[in-house]
Amino acid sequence: MKTDLTDTTASKVNKALVQGRRAIGTPAVGMVLTLVIVTDEENAYDALKAANEASREHPSRTLVVIKRVSRSPRDRTTSRLDAEVRLGAEAGTGETVVLRLYGEVINHAQSVVLPLLLPDAPVVVWWPVNAPLDPANDPLGALAQRRVTDTYAAEAPVRELNARAEAYTPGDTDLSWTRITPWRSMLAAALDQVTCDVDSVEVEGEEFNPSCELLAMWLADRLEVPVKRSLSSGPGLTAVRLDTSCGPIVLDRADGTLATLSIQGQPDRAVALKRRDTAELMAEELRRLDPDDTYASALRFGVDRLNATADTAGSGSSGGTATATKAAQVAKDSPAGVAETLAKKAADKAAAE
Amino acid sequence: MSSSNPLRDPADRRLPRIAGPSGLVIFGVTGDLSRKKLMPAVYDLANRGLLPPGFSLVGFARREWAHEDFAQEVHDAVKEHARTPFREEVWQQLVQGMRFVQGTFDDDDAFDRLRSTIEELDKAQGTGGNFAFYLSVPPSAFPVVIQQLKKHKLADQSDGSWRRAVIEKPFGHDLKSAEELNAIVHEVFGSDQVFRIDHYLGKETVQNILALRFANTMFEPIWNRSFVDHVQITMAEDIGIGGRAGYYDGIGAARDVIQNHLLQLMALTAMEEPSSFDADALAAEKVKVLGATRLPKDLGKSTVRGQYASGWQGGEKVAGYLQEDGIDPKSKTDTFAAIKVEVDNRRWAGVPFYLRTGKRLGRRVTEIAVVFQRAPHSPFDHTATEELGQNAIVFRVQPDEGVTVRFGSKVPGTSMEIRDVSMDFAYGESFTESSPEAYERLILDVLLGDSNLFPRTEEVELSWKILDPIEQYWDKHGKPAQYASGTWGPVEADEMLERDGRSWRRP
Repeated sequence: MKTDLTDTTASKVNKALVQGRRAIGTPAVGMVLTLVIVTDEENAYDALKAANEASREHPSRTLVVIKRVSRSPRDRTTSRLDAEVRLGAEAGTGETVVLRLYGEVINHAQSVVLPLLLPDAPVVVWWPVNAPLDPANDPLGALAQRRVTDTYAAEAPVRELNARAEAYTPGDTDLSWTRITPWRSMLAAALDQVTCDVDSVEVEGEEFNPSCELLAMWLADRLEVPVKRSLSSGPGLTAVRLDTSCGPIVLDRADGTLATLSIQGQPDRAVALKRRDTAELMAEELRRLDPDDTYASALRFGVDRLNATADTAGSGSSGGTATATKAAQVAKDSPAGVAETLAKKAADKAAAE
Repeated sequence: MSSSNPLRDPADRRLPRIAGPSGLVIFGVTGDLSRKKLMPAVYDLANRGLLPPGFSLVGFARREWAHEDFAQEVHDAVKEHARTPFREEVWQQLVQGMRFVQGTFDDDDAFDRLRSTIEELDKAQGTGGNFAFYLSVPPSAFPVVIQQLKKHKLADQSDGSWRRAVIEKPFGHDLKSAEELNAIVHEVFGSDQVFRIDHYLGKETVQNILALRFANTMFEPIWNRSFVDHVQITMAEDIGIGGRAGYYDGIGAARDVIQNHLLQLMALTAMEEPSSFDADALAAEKVKVLGATRLPKDLGKSTVRGQYASGWQGGEKVAGYLQEDGIDPKSKTDTFAAIKVEVDNRRWAGVPFYLRTGKRLGRRVTEIAVVFQRAPHSPFDHTATEELGQNAIVFRVQPDEGVTVRFGSKVPGTSMEIRDVSMDFAYGESFTESSPEAYERLILDVLLGDSNLFPRTEEVELSWKILDPIEQYWDKHGKPAQYASGTWGPVEADEMLERDGRSWRRP
């Protein structure tokens, strides 16, 4: 069932939720989290659809915060909240409230969202587009244990990655990182099968696809070898080549669905590596709500340090120093262990250059 | 899995536990279990990305199939029964490692072919010599297959590779036959190589018993004789014996279900906290409970067996057990069994555990009900609490997996009246889609070598020690009581609890 509320308040929305639940005869079901989607009108439909699909695995209260564009200066000063309360069949397995914010209240969205959070349950904020540069310090982001952004949707993904690294706070995560879980798991499985040392790595994929950078940074961070990022026409990630002491290991996906894993001395094998849709990504993202240290560590490795020993390394000594400075900066406001090693690595590299 | 792999990090919890390079050989691959459960489970695992690249599936059966016919059969089984949607690219990955070996169990040539198939797969698919043998075969074929595996050196583990045997119930039909069977199996496979499938233990709710008990604080303090009145464990089926007359007659409900599933559920419900969540520690605690389990002195009064008679089951007229095809009209096999046992330790002394199972009962349900004592003193007068029952925590194992807590609450109104209400946690609602099938979990565990969820030799033998005296008593005394199909068992079962001043829950 659907209830439309015009020019309303959070407490009226709450009342509508309780009444709606009574009317369709289901008491509060075991909802496990509140998902807040912050978006514009254009992307709201797709995001909500994905969230509803994901909610089959994680019944949740979904709050869609849509910030409406005000046309005139006068509109900007008058504020209004419209809400659409959806329950039952129309809202997946949970409850959905679409909140449309007009005028001044746009800057105070947290005041609308706060009273509508489920008691005691974790809060996840997801920005499908236009994520704030510092999610943890965003008024809405501050309400959440987990802040999901998507650098793929950003205009300059690689620059965005740098910003994410600088602002990283435990609980931040990126759908571009979620996208590469199957790749990471397949690469880890491939290395399970051999006992060789990896000497260098090449990650090949579309330009402006931050998943390639994240995968490259993860590999560089874990393997501590030079990683080269090269370009292809996609779709998405197309190949990862590991040069090891016992020959190359290549995971190649030309068509976006079926990949081939070749290991020297072993037959080629087909592995399913389908690109996943947003609903599947969100479902994975919501499965664990604890800080993702592996992501943090990969992200902090820094895009600038990729291609280090490859011939494209035109960064020179100044680049190295800049990286070191940045790492030191990160070190100041982050857990000591990670940051220290990071700063050290960066310093070593600067020295080497 | 090598621990030196730099891409593996315990903190990286997105990466799933993927089995290492390996393959699965299914004996009796044309059977129902294989088609309905095993093949779909393998596909679902592959679809979830949990199988290693190059994973191989080898079918072994008498039928004259080529590899392609086998692949087609698996394809059909997967399309029909798999839990996750069919995806062509996953299928393409799987199909490359599918092989079929035709032969009978006593055919030496066939086992030679199996061996060369495995060697070929090691080369073509990189399975690394790691193979699990799933024996989905009738009990009579067990010894033959095991011996053949030994004879053809298929059970030999060499330089870091493993071979494992997966066996299904029944694990014998009494203590003696179970010991014999164990001797046969262990002559060829070491105890860490043998995985006994009790598919109940692969169910999420069953594992949740441990989570609920040992990860929370609010349940454990009342989980003892000071608060618990009794425990009821029920596994009811609405179907009859179907086409399994040959297997079922002479075995019966108690041997088929109580010996393995119900006693395992009881052990998990009653056991002490294990020192850690590894296989040894868990088995140690379960063995302690099973070892402390005692039967009441008068088995006539504390056990009941029954046979379903013809009747109406859910709007359908069904035949009685004695009228089923292939059943001796004088058969004394039990299709319903209810027993009372006690766990003789400090925690549970004096708390009866009632276990019952049956075919053609009201509906298909498996649950564990922990029923609590009444409040020692009630400030409310008698009329106010007339409708108040005993508090209970119920684990619904299947279907509609979840946990129900039952307690009293005031009825709205001016008078004080207290009535039972229930508070419900439904697994289906909170985590549906990701909840895997029991066989998925168990097959993955076999490939990973994780034996947490598999009963061990000692557990099987202890369970028979509990059940054997009952079966012997039944052999000598009386015959099964008749109960109409579609009811909750014979009246004798109700009388058995009435004597203790209790009654069965209607599940």
